[in-house]
Amino acid sequence: MRREVPLLITAIVGITFVVSYFIPHFPFNRMDAWFADWFSIIAACAIVLGALNLIKLSAQKVLDRKEDWVYSLVIIFSFILITVIGFWEGRDYRDPGTAFDWLYNNMYNPLSATMFSILAFFVASASYRAFRARNFEATLLLIAAFLVMIGRVPVGDFFTSFMPEGYRFSDLANWIMDYPQTAGQRAIMIGIGLGVVSTSLRVILGIERAHIGSGE
Amino acid sequence: MTIRLKELIAVAAILVFCLIFYIGKVSGWEPIEFSTVVSLIVVGILLASLLWILVLTLQGKLIERRIVFLYVGVAVAVPLFMKLSQEMPVSPAVQGVYDAVMELQPGSKVLIPFDYDPPTAPELQPMAETFLRICFQRDLKVIIMGIWPQGPQQAVLALEKILAEPDIAAKNLKYGVDYVNLGFQSGNEFVIQRMGGSFKSMFRTDYGGIPYDDLPLVKNIRNFSNIDYCFNLSSGFPGTVEWVQIAVDRYGVKLGAGNTAVQAPTVYPYLSSGQLTGLLGGMSGAAEFERAANARAKGTKYMLSQSVSHLVVIAFVIIGNVAFIMSGRKSALKG
Repeated sequence: MRREVPLLITAIVGITFVVSYFIPHFPFNRMDAWFADWFSIIAACAIVLGALNLIKLSAQKVLDRKEDWVYSLVIIFSFILITVIGFWEGRDYRDPGTAFDWLYNNMYNPLSATMFSILAFFVASASYRAFRARNFEATLLLIAAFLVMIGRVPVGDFFTSFMPEGYRFSDLANWIMDYPQTAGQRAIMIGIGLGVVSTSLRVILGIERAHIGSGE
Repeated sequence: MTIRLKELIAVAAILVFCLIFYIGKVSGWEPIEFSTVVSLIVVGILLASLLWILVLTLQGKLIERRIVFLYVGVAVAVPLFMKLSQEMPVSPAVQGVYDAVMELQPGSKVLIPFDYDPPTAPELQPMAETFLRICFQRDLKVIIMGIWPQGPQQAVLALEKILAEPDIAAKNLKYGVDYVNLGFQSGNEFVIQRMGGSFKSMFRTDYGGIPYDDLPLVKNIRNFSNIDYCFNLSSGFPGTVEWVQIAVDRYGVKLGAGNTAVQAPTVYPYLSSGQLTGLLGGMSGAAEFERAANARAKGTKYMLSQSVSHLVVIAFVIIGNVAFIMSGRKSALKG
């Protein structure tokens, strides 16, 4: 039963979704709304579970004094701090001037922006190492990367200002993005689409069972 | 010096810098700005040193990864203090968003889903601010929402800034009448799908808890058929792809998008197929949009940083290839 019931729910929901897409009449036209409500409820529960799991794992790491346990302590402290402040300030906790707003603007905002900014360093380091003219394909990739990088910034057109319009670096970059890049993306998207359809069918028909675990 | 001590010194130094910048922000210090001559000298020094590294590479001396990181750090940070103007052409993708907004009649209802969070704000916040400015200047009615938790909060920051600008403040725009923030709703793409049937069922109250029916701007908005244009700001899933697949394909919404530079290439197929009216890609998209709207702001300012950092990366790609060719020649000689 522990395996059959989830499989049955998956099959019913999956088939209903497919059918409701093609039949715009009651009750199928209401299915979207019902499932959307259920999805919201499940997502809300998942957030609570996720938060509790984070605290449990972090606390375990601190108690066992595992490597870099100090960072786990920071996670627990930050989590408790932001939660307490959020509840303490009530419904208007996000209003300008509140402690929550201060933490968001001056701590969370710059810290998470820093995490994303690190990407610049990795991109530079990876470009330095990966963009090598090893063979014909790699050389093509290198040239395309060069043109897009220089064409996406104003300095590129500054270097080719003597060229007629339509032949400057920005035009070349736009051409690469509009044609070869889009063609590649389309191929990838069609491949992903076909993969999603086949995997979905396997899940709905109960052939693919990885999502319900080992069953033990 | 142990690694732990080095780490502690680095953290302490960063903390000191953060404290100085925070005090400067709170005290309203004037931002430091190099003159054009000084800026050119700094760029010249940077390029000359890169040339020196190239010479070293030609002599067979390889540089460490830390040097690459140092250069990228300098190339990103230092131009923020420079004063150099750059001419930027507006690409057809960006022009598409601008033209679509300009075609709207005053009073048209524009939906802006803020589907991003602080990490990508440097790229997307300038787009949001410029788009809001255009909407308010043209007397369009703005409806904000988010299927990312922090999206509506980013919208509050953008609104605060734009509503304080003298020409917009003079319009005396009223919350609930001229603009509204419906807040966050969980459920990813299901939210978009459900909005196709009923907005109210997804947003029973706004961001501040005001009931949907008490907001004059939205109380008569039932679903997407009452929306004239939608501009999605997105940095991942759920985002522009889901808005295209559900709102555009299923409900016929007219959609424009602003994406991060990393995400934009995945959305290009929708642009060329006409499912998107236009696309702002990354910082350059933001800067081009500011130019199209004739309102140069953060996007334009940050582009100098992007220009210099792109040049540095290109220089290192060339240096890397020189090193690769040199090592190939050596191994060929050995062989």
